[in-house]
Amino acid sequence: MAAVSTPGSVIAGGVPAAAAGPPAGIERPDFQIVPRAGLPIVAVVLGLLIAAVAVNELWPLMFLHVVGGATWTIVDLFMGFVLGPILGSMPIPARIALSTRLMPKMLLIMPTAVVVTLTAGWQLGTHLGTVQSSYYLHGWVVASYIVVGVMAVIALGLLEPANVAVLSELKKPQPNPAVIERLMKRFIYTSGMTGLMQVATLVIMTKLASG
Amino acid sequence: MSAPAHSGAVAGASVGEAQRLPPVTHLPKHVPLAPAVALLAASVLVLAANLAMLARVRGFAWGTFFAVARWAALAYALIAGMIEYVFLRNHTSGGPLVVLTLSLVVFAIHVPVLIGFTVARYR
Repeated sequence: MAAVSTPGSVIAGGVPAAAAGPPAGIERPDFQIVPRAGLPIVAVVLGLLIAAVAVNELWPLMFLHVVGGATWTIVDLFMGFVLGPILGSMPIPARIALSTRLMPKMLLIMPTAVVVTLTAGWQLGTHLGTVQSSYYLHGWVVASYIVVGVMAVIALGLLEPANVAVLSELKKPQPNPAVIERLMKRFIYTSGMTGLMQVATLVIMTKLASG
Repeated sequence: MSAPAHSGAVAGASVGEAQRLPPVTHLPKHVPLAPAVALLAASVLVLAANLAMLARVRGFAWGTFFAVARWAALAYALIAGMIEYVFLRNHTSGGPLVVLTLSLVVFAIHVPVLIGFTVARYR
């Protein structure tokens, strides 16, 4: 554990950061930005994905697309509409405690869920013929591409860099609370945006599934 | 592009849906590439502009940038490789494969640059 400087608290080593602040240190658990214990699980999932694409059978592709998509959608909705607002209202020490435990796992879970969903989904669409422009619900498929494109820009350009930067800041001997605050705001807002986009995804995917 | 065609009804699809699906399940042989090429060129320009602007920043934490970006690049190269594998698996070739591959290269470079920059700017 290490101490973190926050407004009105102390910095690493117990030196007061602000004279007016209470002399209580904030514990920052030791953590790995990318949890190495999770990497073998990611490797297994990607191996299953490669095998499913190679055999090109309907059930494994459908399984991976649905499981990956459900994970992606549920996590985005939960982060955007439940945990995000809660995180935003928590005091910084509590945010730090939660973030150092949650965000490293998100760094492994989300990219894996996304690549599994999209790769299996594309192969499934090729298998079923739904990626062709002659498919009678082609407009809905194109709409799903647009939604995924917007989500990708938000997630890859804003959310994930903020996630990594928060964890990197928290790894410093003396993290800057202003930086953490700023990056976590970005994380929370972008989570909300991707949560909204996931509602659109649910509308489109249920339409495609029901015909 | 050509791929093994699946004739007849599609496995797993309902009878009504299978009747409305196209008879073959590969991508069209002739894909209009102009919009994709234009978007690819635009994305390369944006990437180049990002790198040029980054290179002009004084006192930038390049050590941190590369320490983060190289691992991110490894992860995104893996993801891009997975997507490329699917295109090759479906016998994508010619112009579409070139455009898609170059798009994946831009993707696999630009995202690590964004992650590396976001971390390094606070050093």
